[in-house]
Amino acid sequence: MTPAGAGHLTPEVVAEAREILDLYPHRRSALIPICHLAQRQDGWLRPEAVTEIAELVGITPAEVIGTASFYEMLRTTPVGTYVISVCTNIACMLRGAYELLEHAEQSLGVRAGATTEDGEFTLEEAECIADCGRAPCLQVNHRFVGDVTAESFDQLVDDLRHDRRHDDIPSHGTLVRVRRQGGLRVDEATVRAERDAAAAAMAERAAAASGGQHGAGTTTSGSAS
Amino acid sequence: MTVTDAPRIITARLEHDDSHTLERYLATGGYEGLRKALSMTPEDVAREVDAVSLLGRGGAGFPAGRKWSMLRKAPTAYLVVNGDESEPATFKDHLLIERDPHQLIEGVVIAAYAIQAARVFLYVRGEFALGLERVTSALNDAYEHGAVGNDIFGSGFSVDVVVHPGAGAYICGEETALLESLEGKRGFPRIKPPYFPAAVGLYGEPTVVNNVETLSNLPWVMVHGSEAFTALGAGRSTGTRLFALAGHVRNPGVYEVEMVKTTFRDLIYAPELGGGIPEDRELKAIIPGGVSAPWFGPQHLDMPLGQDEVGDAGSMLGSGSVVVMDDSTCVVRAAWRITRFFWRESCGQCTPCREGSGWLEKVLRRIEDGVGRASDIDLLMDVCDNLAPGVSWPPQQTTICVLGPSIPSSIASGIRMFRDEFLVHVKDGGCPYA
Repeated sequence: MTPAGAGHLTPEVVAEAREILDLYPHRRSALIPICHLAQRQDGWLRPEAVTEIAELVGITPAEVIGTASFYEMLRTTPVGTYVISVCTNIACMLRGAYELLEHAEQSLGVRAGATTEDGEFTLEEAECIADCGRAPCLQVNHRFVGDVTAESFDQLVDDLRHDRRHDDIPSHGTLVRVRRQGGLRVDEATVRAERDAAAAAMAERAAAASGGQHGAGTTTSGSAS
Repeated sequence: MTVTDAPRIITARLEHDDSHTLERYLATGGYEGLRKALSMTPEDVAREVDAVSLLGRGGAGFPAGRKWSMLRKAPTAYLVVNGDESEPATFKDHLLIERDPHQLIEGVVIAAYAIQAARVFLYVRGEFALGLERVTSALNDAYEHGAVGNDIFGSGFSVDVVVHPGAGAYICGEETALLESLEGKRGFPRIKPPYFPAAVGLYGEPTVVNNVETLSNLPWVMVHGSEAFTALGAGRSTGTRLFALAGHVRNPGVYEVEMVKTTFRDLIYAPELGGGIPEDRELKAIIPGGVSAPWFGPQHLDMPLGQDEVGDAGSMLGSGSVVVMDDSTCVVRAAWRITRFFWRESCGQCTPCREGSGWLEKVLRRIEDGVGRASDIDLLMDVCDNLAPGVSWPPQQTTICVLGPSIPSSIASGIRMFRDEFLVHVKDGGCPYA
């Protein structure tokens, strides 16, 4: 068996994956974030990557696929450099989303769900992407583009083709370009000590409060008798 | 038609283009609420939030303070923030995460202090790439500033916050599905009971799950006090709330307005809010509170935007989204598209939801396409009845979570309000609006 890090995933990805693993009390919680990392490297979840992710997280490759295949964003088959997700849900539909999708299909020469022959564009019909104030809207590799018209769609595709949107739209798989600085800062002992102290203080205040209430109750019943 | 001059509690900072930066946050009173909270006991912070009657802004409207009080007797394990906003036509948390991430982080740490959480997981919808970058940057800055991490602002309270990206699944907004997802599994909602993660939550430990907007209110509440908050709104619906207005309006967008004192008419027609329907067309129907909610008609325009008011009228304020449909809208197509969404997003655990959503989608599709049968309208209601017996509101539960029983809402609304329109589709063999 190839040790993780000596294979398909680059040492940088593996190092970052180990940082992510350290953020969770249970390794499996890091699975989805690490799948995103693998997609940053390859654009999708290659079988070689799946095997190494499984080793890193401590589960089987089947479990990785079993989980990943549930989620729209995790791809177990290749996609284009740019995944264009046109929202057609109710708010966008009311503002012409299906007409836009039809234009996109004609413009790119593929039906929704397919990838152009040159491997540049995958077109998809998306569910609500939460940008309804600018409907009809779409995402390219999960970057928002709003108030889309047929003309602005064609301009967008042209810009992507000629690499003019590189700064704000990285290739598919790159989700978050900002890295967490440093791992967990609060060590286990501090957490335990603070929680024990807080529990004791809370219990003390609760006792004092109920003691006070009890005292007040005694006085009341005393005066009543 | 008047819009109240209530202060903007959670969107005031958004007038600045750099509202997401620490510099702007500090220049506009940022982290003062946290400093104040840390000078109080955790119980007093929780009591203050209890006092404001802050109804959860995620969809269910469960009071935030009560979620906490289930745990208040002892320190809890985890605070999980639900930032998986995916209810169709809901786009307020998207705004808050992207444009004011420090406000969210401050609210998160205040909540973590009140319940003495050992660690916080901030689950952000995967599709929010920019939001994830903004909140990750803000978190790095907040650590540096001493607002997160060890001995926060010298108070002796320490907590770590971890940003966790989702990966695209509507169902993960359901809080037990979100916890499963956070554990690295498929987002399958958990069988209830136990009803509340407060009892059995993340990794089986006591957990509080709060929504992004709910927590974003806390810095203001700490600085201004619960009375300033409850002075706004009425009844249980106190304060302001974000409404995501979409569909056939001149100015779609997110608006922060005073609860109860504002009506649907204000929201849709006020010039400074929705601005009315384009081309002065007539209002046909409103979908309040997300696509799970039963529809309203023009007769409901003067309904106040209050949780109980809308609930008593047979629908819900839910996630705070309002979709406006004018008289050019085909209700069969609208109901079909909403049903198609549920069919695509059903997690597949429960038969009524998995199968029912698909059958409803197919039947609606054939009616819209002009190949429906006269009996299809009764068939739709029959399948709806299997999903939610009686097709009443709130729906009867037949499944593990509320997704399935919510599916009939749009279909039942469409048929009850516009039955003739369904019949015309069948009789004329096509859509009169196509």
